[in-house]
Amino acid sequence: MSDLLQMRGIVKEYPGVRALDSVDFDLRSGEVHCLVGENGAGKSTLIKILAGAVKRDAGTILLQQMPVEIQSPIDAQRLGIGIIYQDFKLVDELTVSENILLGQEPQYGRFIRLLNRKREKERAREVLAQLGENIDTDIRVGQLSTAKRQIIEIAKALSRSVRILVLDEPSAALTGHELQNLFAIIGRLRSEGVGIIYISHRLDEVFDIGDRVTVLRDGAHVHTASVREVDRKILIRHMVGRELEQEYPKVLTKRGSEILRLEGIASDFLGDISFSVFRGEVFGIAGLVGAGRSTLAHTLFGAGQDHRGRMFLDGMEFNPKSPQDAINAGVGLLTEDRNRYGLILPMNVRENISLSNLSQVARGIMIDRKKEREVAESYSGQLRVKAPSVESAVETLSGGNRQKVILARWLFTQSRLLIFDEPTAGIDVGAKREIYLLMNDLVERGVGVIILSSELPELLGMCDRIAVMCEGRVTGIVGRAEATQEAILALATQFSGENAHAR
Amino acid sequence: MPADAVTFRRILSEYGIGVVFVLELILFSALSPHFATVDNLLNVTLQTSITAIIAVGMTFVILTAGIDLSVGSLVAFAGVVTTFGLRMDVPLPVAYILGIGTGLLFGACSGSLAGLFVTKFRITPFIVTLALMTIWRGAAFVVTEGRPVWELPEGFAEIARGRLFFIPIPTLIMLIVFGAAHFTLTQTRFGRYVYAVGGNIEAARLAGINTKAVLIRVYVISGVLSALSGILLASRVNSGQPNAGLMYELDVIAAVVVGGTSLFGGKGTVLGTLIGSLLIGVLRNGLNLMNVESYVQQVVVGVVILLAVLMDRLRKG
Repeated sequence: MSDLLQMRGIVKEYPGVRALDSVDFDLRSGEVHCLVGENGAGKSTLIKILAGAVKRDAGTILLQQMPVEIQSPIDAQRLGIGIIYQDFKLVDELTVSENILLGQEPQYGRFIRLLNRKREKERAREVLAQLGENIDTDIRVGQLSTAKRQIIEIAKALSRSVRILVLDEPSAALTGHELQNLFAIIGRLRSEGVGIIYISHRLDEVFDIGDRVTVLRDGAHVHTASVREVDRKILIRHMVGRELEQEYPKVLTKRGSEILRLEGIASDFLGDISFSVFRGEVFGIAGLVGAGRSTLAHTLFGAGQDHRGRMFLDGMEFNPKSPQDAINAGVGLLTEDRNRYGLILPMNVRENISLSNLSQVARGIMIDRKKEREVAESYSGQLRVKAPSVESAVETLSGGNRQKVILARWLFTQSRLLIFDEPTAGIDVGAKREIYLLMNDLVERGVGVIILSSELPELLGMCDRIAVMCEGRVTGIVGRAEATQEAILALATQFSGENAHAR
Repeated sequence: MPADAVTFRRILSEYGIGVVFVLELILFSALSPHFATVDNLLNVTLQTSITAIIAVGMTFVILTAGIDLSVGSLVAFAGVVTTFGLRMDVPLPVAYILGIGTGLLFGACSGSLAGLFVTKFRITPFIVTLALMTIWRGAAFVVTEGRPVWELPEGFAEIARGRLFFIPIPTLIMLIVFGAAHFTLTQTRFGRYVYAVGGNIEAARLAGINTKAVLIRVYVISGVLSALSGILLASRVNSGQPNAGLMYELDVIAAVVVGGTSLFGGKGTVLGTLIGSLLIGVLRNGLNLMNVESYVQQVVVGVVILLAVLMDRLRKG
C-alpha cells in the first residue's frame, strides 16, 4: 500500500476522559480524506497529535511506512505536515509575503545576514501562483478578507513543501463563491499528490470534495468509507450513534399579530429596508457574508450605527439607542460567535443567565444570590442545559449548551422578539435539533423569532418566510413554499456580476 | 509523588497565595524574635495600609482589564491639595472639611477624566493614566514650588498616628475599605458588571450593560482611594510632599497581581489583593528586622513577586 500516513491505535487520555480510544486513521497521497464527528468526538485531539501540539499516550504514527516521532509543532513542520486551524495563525501587521515566509525568510550576506526582501516576494508570488492566486504580496494581512487569509495560510503551508495538509473547519467563514475557490485549490493540491485531511461540520462538503470519509464518535473510530458508498443519513447515524429523526423538526403554526415592522430602515450600510414579522412564524434572513444581515440585527438591537427610518414593536414606535433600550422593549439578540459576543466566559451559568436582568434578582443594590440561583436553575432546567450545576463555568459547556444559556438569559428578560444570528454555528447535529425544537416552543408561546443564517438548509428547513439581503438591501422575501436554494441564491447575488453596473 | 506532597499541592491549589503568606509568617517568626509581636504586626498593617488602600482601587481597574498608573502622583497631589486647604484662614473644622473634601474630590475628578478618555475617546488606559501620572506629579511640584507644605494644624498628624482601641486608624480605614470593596464586588450589581466588563466587554455591552459607566466608575474609585491614601500619608509625615508616592503604582500593581488578579481582566478578588499587599509588607518588615540592607531588600522583593506569580501560573496550569 502506498499510504502516506498511518496512525495506528492512537490513545489519548485526559483526567477522567479517554479522548481517543485506540483510533486508526490513514491517508493516501492525492486524496481528500474527510474527518467528521460531533464536538468531543476526538477530531481535534487526533489532529493536535498529528500537529505535535498534544502528546499521545499510545499508538504509532507511520509516515510513508516509516515510524516517526512528532513531539512538537516544529517536528510536524519538518515532516511536511501543515495544519490550517480555524482561527488563523497569521500576523495581521505583516505583509502577505512576510507571513508566507515567516520563519524561513531568505537572507543574504556572509557575516551579517540581512533579509532578502526581493527574494521573499518572489518566493511568495511563486507559491501563490501555484494556488492560482494573484494577491498583492505587499498588502498587510490584516486588510484581507477571511477567504484571502485562508489562502495565505495554505500558501504558508505550501511554502514549507507540505505532504499532508489538514484543514480544520475551513468553510466556517466562507461564502459560496469563496468555498468553490477553496475547493478548486484543494483539487489542485490533490492532483499534485498532497494528502488532505478535511474537517467539517457541513456534511454537504464531504460529498462535494471528499474521496474518503472517517467518522469518529466519543473518541473511537466508527466508520471509514469511500464517499460514494455512504450518504448523509448514514453519516449522521454513525456520528450520533442512533437514527436521527428529521433534521429540521418544523411545526407550522398559525400566523398571529404583527410583532415587528420596519419602514425604510437605512444607514451607511443598509438601504431602505421594510418588512414585517408576525407572531407564529419563524422569519429568516439570508444573504452572503457582508450582505448586511448582522448589521441589520445590530440596528434592531440598538447596537448599530445611526439609521433613518422607523421601527415598530407591537405597533408602538421603537427606536433603541442602546442594547439596554432594546432589552427593555423586549428584544433579545443571540449573537453570532457566542463566545466572543454573547457569553462572559470566566463567569458561571448562573451569572450568565441573570446578567441582563439583575434588577429582578436584586434587592436595592444587593444581589439576592438565592433568588438568582432559583431563576437560573428554573431556566436552565426548562431549556435542559446540560451542566453539573448552575455554578459550573460556561467554559466547560458544549456549544449547544452555551447557546441555551444565552437563550435562558433572554427568556429571563421576558423577550417578545428573539433574533438568532447563526444559531447553530459550531453546534452538533444532535444539539442543533434541540435548538430548533426550542424555537418551535418559542413560536408557540407567541415570541417573535428571527433567524439570520448562512446555512441555507437551516433557513429552508425552519423558516416560514425568508428575506434575502444583498449589499445592505432586501432583494426579496420568499415564502416557505417557493423557497429553494436557487431562488435564494439568485436574490442574494442580485447586485453582483453584470447587474452591478446596471444599478 | 509522596502523599504529603499531594496534600500540599491540594492545599496550595485551593488557597494559593494565602498558603505562601502563612509560610512567610511562620518563617519570619522563626527567624526573628521581634517579628511575631502584636506591636510589630500592627505596625506592618499600618505601613501597608497606604498602598493597600490604593491597591483596592487598582483591583477594580485591573478587573476591567485596565490599569491606572496615575495613583502615585495622585497621592502626592491630593496630599498637597489637602494640606493647602488645612492652612487656609478659616475655622479649623471648615479647614478640615475643605482640605480633605477637595483632596478626595480631586481624586474623583482625575478618575472621571481618566474614565472619560478611556471610554469616550477610546485611548488605552495605560497611555491615559501615564499622561495623568506625569501631569499630577508636575502639578504637585508647580503648586508647591517644589517645597513641602509644613505648618499644618495640630491634630492632623493624629489621624495617621492615632489608634482606636489599640488598632492604628489607617489600618482601620484599610479594613473598612477592603470590607466595602469586597461587599461591592461580591454582592452588588455594579460588582457583577465589573467582572462582566473585564471578562468580555463586547458581550457585556450586548447584554445591555452600560459598559462606559462601569469603566468610568472604576477609575473614579481608583482616584478617590488614591487621594484617600494621599491624605493619610500627608497626615503620617505631617506635611504635603510633592514627591510623595513615587513609584507607588508599581508596588500597588505588584500587590494586586500577587493577589491573583488577572491583568487581562475578569478574574480576581480584593481578598487576594489584601493578602498580596500584606505579603509584600510583611516581607519588607521581616527583612528590616533581620537587618537586610535596603538595596538587597529590593532584589528579594522582586524575586518574591516573580515566584508568587509563577506559583499562581503553575497552580492554574
